[in-house]
Amino acid sequence: MRVDLKQVEEACKELYIRAVKLLPPDIKQGFSRLDKSETDATGKSILATMIRNIKVAEDTNNLLCQDTGIPIYNVVIGTGLDVNGFELKRAIAEGCARATREHPLRSSVVHPVTRTNEHTSCGRLVPVINIDFSDESDTLSIEMIPKGSGSENNSWLKMAIPADGIDAVKTFVVDCVLDAGGKTCPPTIVGVGVGGTADLCVHLSKVAATRPLGSHCADPEGAKLENELSSVVNQLGVGPQGLGGDSTSFAVHVETAATHITMNPVAVNMQCHSARRARATFTPQGVSYGF
Amino acid sequence: MSHYDFDMPVSETDVRKLRVNDTVTLNRTLYGIRDATLIHMFDRGRTTRFDLHGHAVIHTAPNVRWVGETQAHPSGYEPICIGTTTSARMERFTRPLMEQYGVRIVIGKGGLFAASQSAFSDLGGVYLAIIGGAAALETTWIEQIEEVDLDDLNPESLWKFRVKGFGPLLVAMDSYGGNLYTKVNDAARGKRAAALAALGVKT
Repeated sequence: MRVDLKQVEEACKELYIRAVKLLPPDIKQGFSRLDKSETDATGKSILATMIRNIKVAEDTNNLLCQDTGIPIYNVVIGTGLDVNGFELKRAIAEGCARATREHPLRSSVVHPVTRTNEHTSCGRLVPVINIDFSDESDTLSIEMIPKGSGSENNSWLKMAIPADGIDAVKTFVVDCVLDAGGKTCPPTIVGVGVGGTADLCVHLSKVAATRPLGSHCADPEGAKLENELSSVVNQLGVGPQGLGGDSTSFAVHVETAATHITMNPVAVNMQCHSARRARATFTPQGVSYGF
Repeated sequence: MSHYDFDMPVSETDVRKLRVNDTVTLNRTLYGIRDATLIHMFDRGRTTRFDLHGHAVIHTAPNVRWVGETQAHPSGYEPICIGTTTSARMERFTRPLMEQYGVRIVIGKGGLFAASQSAFSDLGGVYLAIIGGAAALETTWIEQIEEVDLDDLNPESLWKFRVKGFGPLLVAMDSYGGNLYTKVNDAARGKRAAALAALGVKT
């Protein structure tokens, strides 16, 4: 299949706009689950407002949250595709810039030193574009994530040592949830990276934080860890918006990678309750949109 | 727990009535302010033509559309989506906002810290918690962007909004040292040892 770059550009524009307006069904179900189990009156009332906001955004065709985030595009290239990788990246960035100018969306992206805003949501190395490959034939998948800064500003890496074992990982996650308090817009998805190099570990924490609710780590050891941590963080009582309650997190997600014999890295990245993402899938039949 | 409706601006007496867990709904004027606005006002010597005395500021940077100045949009900006950002980054600006500009109410999410708490006590001010991430709903409480100043910082300009039924917002920090965030944080930290024990962590 030959990838039509004009179609990619259009889709990347559409994806940004869809992502900021429509919350994925798994996150909506996550809200229903938390709402049923919340016992704190303040927590319950805050969840009700958040659930109402999802409806208002749909009814008024508006953004769920004013933070348009840092745009991230996760590209998965299947087999049998004829694509110019360099031009693909250019088409993605142009789609992102067009969404910002044409909708318009607030450009939340500035140069890190001059703080200059180009009002395109683009800049050096932004949008973030991650490229991976799959064995699915004739399929190109692009996932868009507008990553909000309230949660992103609370990101942590600890290069623990082997002697500290898995206890260091568990303790670190609990302490990060306590440090985050209400700043990350809880209820959150707590993403945990375990292993790898320092940069891979942080990347894994982002992959974990942005995975759909109900999905599990492919590594059974990671899956076991996410089950244990998920049940415990909601016993801390941080609650929605950090104002108390049972609903601190929808879930803790873990991703693992092999690491060095001398290393025991752990990273935490959080996704806020506006856990937005959108996906476009390109096949010979055309483009379809989902989550 | 009481509810108050405020037609902005308000007096020190008005905000001194408020205690944590009370709720407040604002009408009339609300100013939008943010990192760059505050950095330019307090670190780079810039000033605003707006009179903020007795007013509320909200930590925000909106999504807007430039439509040109009309009766419906006197600032030239049509609001698209207006929400609230995390307040913690703007902690050091609470006292100068109150001392130099007479601000009485700060609205944000996630709470502020000790320096703001003491400014609220010393000068008579409160922090109202809004639900972060509920911006579609918040936008329905905003009638108009009346004026804008320091607009070279867009979207972090100083925005003057006209609001109607903006709330209810929760009083999360009052002028008597009351602070819901510290209360929740202290209680959560008190549960740390039990959480680690439940995870089988040897301490």
